Amino acid sequence: MSTLTDTRPGNDTAAIGLFEAAEFIWREGEILDRQDYADWLPLWTDDGLYVIPIERGDGDHADALNIAYDDAEMRKARVKRLKSGFSISSAPSARTVRSASRFVLGGQQDGATVVRCAQTIVEYKFERTRTLAADVVFHLVRRDDGIAIARKEILFLNSDDFVWGIGYLP
Amino acid sequence: MDMPISADDCGLDPGELVQDDRVHTALYTSEELFDEEMDRIFKNTWVWVAHASEVPTKNTFKKSWVGKQPVIVTRDKEDNVHVLLNRCRHRAASVCEQKQGRTSVFVCPYHGWSYNIDGKLRSVPHAKVYGEDFDKDEFPLISLRTEEYNGMIFATFRDDIEPLVDFLGPAKKWIDLFMKQGAGYPVKALGEHQFRFAGNWKIQLENTTDAYHFPIVHKTFLDSLDADTSNVFDVLGQGGWVEDLGNGHSLMVMIPDLVDLEENLDAPIPERFADLAKALREEGYDEDKVRRIVRAVGGTGFNLNLFPNVACSMAFFRVLRPVSVAETEIRHIAIGMDGGPEAANRVRLRLHEHFQGPMGFGTPDDAEGWERVQRGSASGEDLWIMVNRGKDTLDGHPAGPDVTDVSAETGMRAAYGMWKRMMTA
Repeated sequence: MSTLTDTRPGNDTAAIGLFEAAEFIWREGEILDRQDYADWLPLWTDDGLYVIPIERGDGDHADALNIAYDDAEMRKARVKRLKSGFSISSAPSARTVRSASRFVLGGQQDGATVVRCAQTIVEYKFERTRTLAADVVFHLVRRDDGIAIARKEILFLNSDDFVWGIGYLP
Repeated sequence: MDMPISADDCGLDPGELVQDDRVHTALYTSEELFDEEMDRIFKNTWVWVAHASEVPTKNTFKKSWVGKQPVIVTRDKEDNVHVLLNRCRHRAASVCEQKQGRTSVFVCPYHGWSYNIDGKLRSVPHAKVYGEDFDKDEFPLISLRTEEYNGMIFATFRDDIEPLVDFLGPAKKWIDLFMKQGAGYPVKALGEHQFRFAGNWKIQLENTTDAYHFPIVHKTFLDSLDADTSNVFDVLGQGGWVEDLGNGHSLMVMIPDLVDLEENLDAPIPERFADLAKALREEGYDEDKVRRIVRAVGGTGFNLNLFPNVACSMAFFRVLRPVSVAETEIRHIAIGMDGGPEAANRVRLRLHEHFQGPMGFGTPDDAEGWERVQRGSASGEDLWIMVNRGKDTLDGHPAGPDVTDVSAETGMRAAYGMWKRMMTA
């Protein structure tokens, strides 16, 4: 059984421990809630994929319609759009407060540590507060300058039902 | 006249609330009118329910709606399409809560009545208590009149209205042109974005025939494109037009070059599709086929708005569903080539995601704009919504004598004219 203490990084330089992963994901969450998107982009590997699927089930979702399927270029374009001041859904966007918890290590895959967690975003705009709950799977890799995201897949609880215009980054 | 008028003063008379160049705010805000619309419009005309590819083979189904009423679109084992009310004939429980799938039978979860996929009541548990005169033929799932044009499936509660093809009229030609984006393959639904906004359904209906907002609301989408593509989406500057097609339907051509996707196949392949063209050639497609697919992959240059609930919008189907007077659900159905190259369908999916859906570079800003209309309608309840833009027809336009500017509100006037006709019938 793992505990927060005995999974801290140490012996294995490649694998990422549970607490280290959680700490990274919390930091990423804070960056996103603050909408410091310029600080978010460097957290990614060059070939990282940010995926918000509609269909529930495994696979890389490349041949399915998704809510988002962003490579580095699309992430950059998205951040530019959200921060441009010309997108009425993002200027202002809803305010968000998010929590991540229920972290579970999912082993190594293609040189990355797989971390599964629960994420709850509460958003507020114009007299309305709403919740977006999701299962999130991170593929995290260790770089010289710290941890980076090789894949982040966010499966909304209601991914295959209606959602609404989302003017921020889940 | 431009006098504010209280909707109550004219008794919420639909004949008064819609005029040639304006409609009353009550059309967005009155629950009473909304209930009337569900009855007088959505129960009295052809309502789009599905694309044929969503029920692709025998014994497949997809849930949908006619107005506020949940239905199941099914394809039976004889290949006939049915639209069935999703309600057990016994004590009303819904018989299907799966979005889409394959089955030969719907079993009511409450008392086990089972129905064939064509709606026929198949069996009733412990039937003998009903007595010997119980006739299963009296209790099929209620089946609506269903007709199809070029893959577009519509249903209606009315057995006595005109055939679908007559209802569509001149819109049929544009449906045929729209389906050319299959590039010789049948058009297939690839998936759908589903979202709601807090606003009346007609705000969305208007939007599909509103080029005026495009450069304003979608500036950040345009800014995300390369220079060539950005020019393609200069929707107000290419000599496009809007025309009334009758029965509330309208056409808005924004990119005249992309009206007929089987023309101009010799034009240079746009830079943004160079990789796709290369991939298709490597897969062994001949140059004619490559050019046909590449020209079709980005969709058409027009929106065909079909009253009351669907549009063939450039590269996708846009379907609206009224939920309440101030809430509407939208589906943006991505389409591709059934049996076509995977690489090309993948490009279509990525293009769709780029603009459409809850996190597209376009949709959230549209939805925000529509919600702002609803919020704004809370003040000045006696004021009018102006749809008077571009009333004059264009002189000498190649599309003919009856067309108006691409940014004209002609399509909205057409829809509201039909609204008035149906609401006062």
